[in-house]
Amino acid sequence: MALKIVESCVNCWACVDVCPSEAIYESSPHFKINAHKCTECEDDYAEKQCASICPIEGAILLADGSPANPPGSLTGIPPERLDEAMREIQAR
Amino acid sequence: MELSVLGQNDAGHHSAGGCSSGSCGSTDDQLSHLPDHIREKVHNHPCYSEEAHHYFARMHVAVAPACNIQCHYCNRKYDCANESRPGVVSELLHPDQAVKKVKAVAATIPQMTVLGIAGPGDPLANPERTFETFRQLSEQAPDIKLCVSTNGLALPDCVDELAKHNIDHVTITINCVDPEVGAKIYPWIYWNNKRIRGVKAAKILIERQQKGLEMLVERGILVKVNSVLIPGVNDEHLKEVSRIVKAKGAFLHNVMPLIAEAEHGTFYGVMGQRSPEPEELQDLQDACAGDMNMMRHCRQCRADAVGLLGEDRGDEFTMDKIEEMDIDYEAAMVKRAVIHAAIKEELDEKAAKKARLAGMKAPQLGDEALGKGYRPVLMAVATSGGGLINQHYGHATEFLVYEASPSGVRFIGHRKVEQFCVGNDTCGEKESALSGGVRALKGCETVLCSKIGYEPWGLLEAAGIQPNGEHAMEPIEEAVMAVYQEMIAAGRLDQDQTALRANA
Repeated sequence: MALKIVESCVNCWACVDVCPSEAIYESSPHFKINAHKCTECEDDYAEKQCASICPIEGAILLADGSPANPPGSLTGIPPERLDEAMREIQAR
Repeated sequence: MELSVLGQNDAGHHSAGGCSSGSCGSTDDQLSHLPDHIREKVHNHPCYSEEAHHYFARMHVAVAPACNIQCHYCNRKYDCANESRPGVVSELLHPDQAVKKVKAVAATIPQMTVLGIAGPGDPLANPERTFETFRQLSEQAPDIKLCVSTNGLALPDCVDELAKHNIDHVTITINCVDPEVGAKIYPWIYWNNKRIRGVKAAKILIERQQKGLEMLVERGILVKVNSVLIPGVNDEHLKEVSRIVKAKGAFLHNVMPLIAEAEHGTFYGVMGQRSPEPEELQDLQDACAGDMNMMRHCRQCRADAVGLLGEDRGDEFTMDKIEEMDIDYEAAMVKRAVIHAAIKEELDEKAAKKARLAGMKAPQLGDEALGKGYRPVLMAVATSGGGLINQHYGHATEFLVYEASPSGVRFIGHRKVEQFCVGNDTCGEKESALSGGVRALKGCETVLCSKIGYEPWGLLEAAGIQPNGEHAMEPIEEAVMAVYQEMIAAGRLDQDQTALRANA
């Protein structure tokens, strides 16, 4: 069982510093999690540390492939509002 | 509130704002009332001294990408080379690269006196990268002042380390002292290995900020407080923030306008939170100024800015260019010392001249003029530094705004000429720089510059702003007073006393 970082990662290093298993490493185009080292913080913390500090919704996936931080959960922007704003901007 | 720490001059001399003497031109005049040991620390710091920012340059190195909180005015995804605002950088550096860059800039721009670490995340949420940079710099470039800005969450844990590296300037961003207000600004913090949200998160953050502020003051480290003015969220509340941080010993308060555009993808931008008008910012700064030294020349620069405030020469110092430079820092330090001494001499002369003029300026208007209570006038100035009117109107990317009134001239703030991003099609529409300039000058009656073209002249006049190129190369404050006196003599201030602010 392991978490996974996907392409929306902005390489901010926050997760690297808080991972208790040193499972996260710098890579291109974005940081990655070594699945063999990742423990999902099971014996160390109540919360998965990388997912708890990551500022980007959807950048970290849980073992079942679902986002640890789904759309709207970190910014507080309702996803439909964000879509609407993006459509407006693109139409300019 | 009694002023135990700052020893500001008699509040009775204050008029509308923080101006303390007849010739008051800027917050710097307020700094002149600070104790000597503080003045000595800030006299060549462009971010702390309004006077110094015309002469000395600063740089930020982007070594601190991680953050431990989320603010509603920040989007960690954003990076656009055409944008200039905190939290935005183009090139993240490792500490070794950062040190190399600082030495290259210091050798090329000898006026660069200050190195700050400001992000793009929170410097103290990246303690190893931040302190490794400071450690190397204090050894290798001892003639550079080091400073850091932080959201304050990790600050109490870092105070001893900051003191160890001889960092004598710290900026804390404090937007609130009330957790209910804070919950509208900060959606979450990462604290003790948990993501904490809402009022509980804001309460922890506020406690840590206040504790950090107290600890820094105890150790004699200068603290500036930054606040983002968010209309309807913390505007009234910032007066209380200003009183409290001053009472705890912060020496300067910098209230900055919220930047919120939908295309930035921030919560405030997308949700349609408005930014304050320049007048709202000025009114709040004036309201706080009775209690606190206010900073009005902040340019809200990027986390990797290089150069004088208001300019960014970052493009000259990308890592690939720096790798090719051969820097002899020992030699550079000698040259830097000579140039710093020359600037100091010029500033001292200027201060002496100002002191001479202080006694005569207000009376020049005549008692009769003072008695008439002429309304204040806002004037914009195009300058490329040195405290002079020395920039072509068309070259100005920003204008400095001064207020002239019967009691003298004071610096109000700066106005950016909006330059719309042309980097990609999500960055908003292009707009002619001409009308952008006119819009930036809203509320000003005159714009002083070294020269101005025919076309903008007409546009400005049509907008009710008088272009003036007659004071080219003159010191700003003297020229502004001269124009004000001309306006009085021409009877332009006799008529309508309130028209301008009302229209603004």
